[in-house]
Amino acid sequence: MARLFEYQSKELLKQAGIRIPWGGIASSPEEAAEIAKKLGQPIVLKIQVWVTGRASLGGIRFATTPEEASQLASELLGLKIKNFVVDKILVEEKLEISRELFAGLVIDDALKKPVLIFSSVGGRGVEEIASHYPEKIIRHEIDVRKGLEAAEALAIAHQAGFSDSIQKEIAEFLIKLVEIARKYEARSLEVNPLVITTANELVAADAHMVIDDYAVFRHPELGIEVAREFDRPPTELEKIAYKVEEKDYRGTFYFFQMIEDIPKEEIVVGFHGAGGGGSMMSMDALLRQGFRPANYCDTSGNPPASKVYRAAKIILSQPGLIGYFASGSGVASQEQYHSARGLVKAFLEEKLEIPAVIRLGGNFEELAIEILQTYLKEIPAKVEGYGRAQSPDFCALRLKQLIEEKPGVRHKVRPMEEPLIPADAYIFSTMTGSIWIDDRQCETCSDRPCLEACSSKILGLVEGKIRLVISPEEAQKGKCTECLACEIACRFHGHGGLGIILPIPGLKEYRQKIIETEKQINNQSYR
Amino acid sequence: MSILVDEKSRVLIQGITGREGMARTKLMKDYGTKVVAGVTPGKGGQEVYGVPVFNSIAEAWEKEGPIDISVIFVPATGVKKAALEALEAGIKLMVIVPDRVPIYDVLEIVAVAKEKGASFVGPNTLGLISPGKAVLGMIGGRAERAREWFKPGPVGVASRSGGMTSAISYYLTESGLGQSTIIHVGGDVIVGLSLPEVVELFEADPETKIIVIFGEIGTTQEERVAELIRNGRCSKPVVAFIGGRAAKAGTRFSHAGAIIEGTRGSYESKANQLREAGAWVVESIAEIPFKVKEILKSI
Repeated sequence: MARLFEYQSKELLKQAGIRIPWGGIASSPEEAAEIAKKLGQPIVLKIQVWVTGRASLGGIRFATTPEEASQLASELLGLKIKNFVVDKILVEEKLEISRELFAGLVIDDALKKPVLIFSSVGGRGVEEIASHYPEKIIRHEIDVRKGLEAAEALAIAHQAGFSDSIQKEIAEFLIKLVEIARKYEARSLEVNPLVITTANELVAADAHMVIDDYAVFRHPELGIEVAREFDRPPTELEKIAYKVEEKDYRGTFYFFQMIEDIPKEEIVVGFHGAGGGGSMMSMDALLRQGFRPANYCDTSGNPPASKVYRAAKIILSQPGLIGYFASGSGVASQEQYHSARGLVKAFLEEKLEIPAVIRLGGNFEELAIEILQTYLKEIPAKVEGYGRAQSPDFCALRLKQLIEEKPGVRHKVRPMEEPLIPADAYIFSTMTGSIWIDDRQCETCSDRPCLEACSSKILGLVEGKIRLVISPEEAQKGKCTECLACEIACRFHGHGGLGIILPIPGLKEYRQKIIETEKQINNQSYR
Repeated sequence: MSILVDEKSRVLIQGITGREGMARTKLMKDYGTKVVAGVTPGKGGQEVYGVPVFNSIAEAWEKEGPIDISVIFVPATGVKKAALEALEAGIKLMVIVPDRVPIYDVLEIVAVAKEKGASFVGPNTLGLISPGKAVLGMIGGRAERAREWFKPGPVGVASRSGGMTSAISYYLTESGLGQSTIIHVGGDVIVGLSLPEVVELFEADPETKIIVIFGEIGTTQEERVAELIRNGRCSKPVVAFIGGRAAKAGTRFSHAGAIIEGTRGSYESKANQLREAGAWVVESIAEIPFKVKEILKSI
């Protein structure tokens, strides 16, 4: 779920005509002082992090002068709260509170409807309100096609004990709240507390909004970079991975890092799962062998080989790994040779040194294992492939044994190599990359293994040359499934006149940075 | 008997000319599913593995006769439109395979389906299979594999994880235990038929003697299964595995639906409630076939 910060959520409320406290967002003590000065009244400073209970963590502070605001801001900025470094503070008028209420909207999985929750008691966590004052909580089911109607809204406010003008105001607020949730496709939207001030104004004093990951693409105005739930901002590598997922709808690719800086003493492995349930089970097996996964990764739902390749390249952009572990449910419906080919291309390019255990149980597992065994002989690493007969625990144990055979080998991140393509090569685009063919090499190749390997039969002989036999548009739209079979066949059984380029935007620069950092660390340790 | 689908069900494929649509049409046909028509707007007149393609469901219905089930393979953003078209045409069961369907789209489909007295499996589902009869979606991947992995028998299997649906059923088959119907309810927060709804269908199916569920943290599905057992609306034995016990290490699952329910949604809540209600909660997948055998012997 893509979370918005408090200040972003409030901005959306404000745009819809809901009153929020006056104030602004500050990234420096000077800006905080500036806002405080403009407000000219007692203020509150609130750190912008996705952590509940900010007050008890010292993340909500009060000030009366701009100087004080500046002082507090300098204390708060840069503070590390859980996985968050504070870089923004919301500076707002301090409200004169007469009463605190609660209003929220969630999507109820049992009812399969949005449910509006309103309570005349607010300020604390909704669970606490529910346990102390269950009678104060009003739950109202929303018809997703109609929204909240005026009569319903008035009835809710009345049921909560409000009448006259405030009843009307609350009703209007609730209608808007439901509209905002619908408009931005919120998984949840919570205003807590909703405040009635001493001047009898209704103000949204705090707001939290979570947008449906799957709908983020319809809301570019929200500027969400990575539509995934994290308890911290996404890492650079996660952003790169997310872009891959965003650009390719075929299958699923989910990646996040569990630890960003891998301590040298840790036994950390790159983890590459397949399927939510199977990945979880496989991670448990890793943990039982005393490993720590550096990352979580799931390529499933019949992803093309190109996607699995990119996932492997991203996993192998983490320095210090001592092993690579891939394992899913064990009985996958997808054709597992796609995953095998994706891994082969990545491991060959990386000249992988750390051992890898690949559990590819499922459809065509025999072929998948054979691909791994046949084409990875030239790399230094030992790679073992297993099928559904071997449990994740067995495979995790094998990885441990392989690591023990050659202790001390750690993965070094290498620069992304630019492929050498002849200037006059024949090139056509695939959905996410391109394939080049060097006719000179093909002329000397009599077997033409690429033709037989091509699973969708889009390559053929045209006047003696290897060419697309469908239109370039069709190839790009997905007729070329990026199965990578042609490249592997050409490399091992042909004359090396064909290759597929699968760019991963940002990864080259990212790796360069990692390599620089590693160098510095090594230099330091020599001194 | 079986639930939701058998060899007589008349099936239509939406998005039949796409990558997944084509591949899985082959699976379904080869397995024996009665695939009578396909739909891709603008591609009417073509054929996919001998299945005629139409521009709309209305047209397919008119030419090929009544349709019971639609399996949807269109890209996620087009699912709402496709599903509403199917409901409008009078189809009573849909299998929505794609992943990443926006939640409000699903909520709208739920609302319309309810009005029309229809239901659906998914989104984000591998589909379902009644072994020996018919398969919907992509479970098994290829017909010969589906025949090898899944056999007819007394166990009803429902799971929230696609891969584990196949894995559990395969291990049951290996142990000589066949399945009545195997269903992946889908991995999303809002799904058409959730675990408790499938459990009720298994309860009503005379062939199903025992129910196996694979649950996961998040949502209230497993708690609602426990409730069914407590209320006597599920009298058949239930064996359950709940995934995500160690997921705290950073795999965060969403609990938006559980906000009022407090601890509902956690591994402990699900496992405890199911146990207290009288279900067998096992600690590993490998235990499932043994437990099922043991229980079947005693009834």
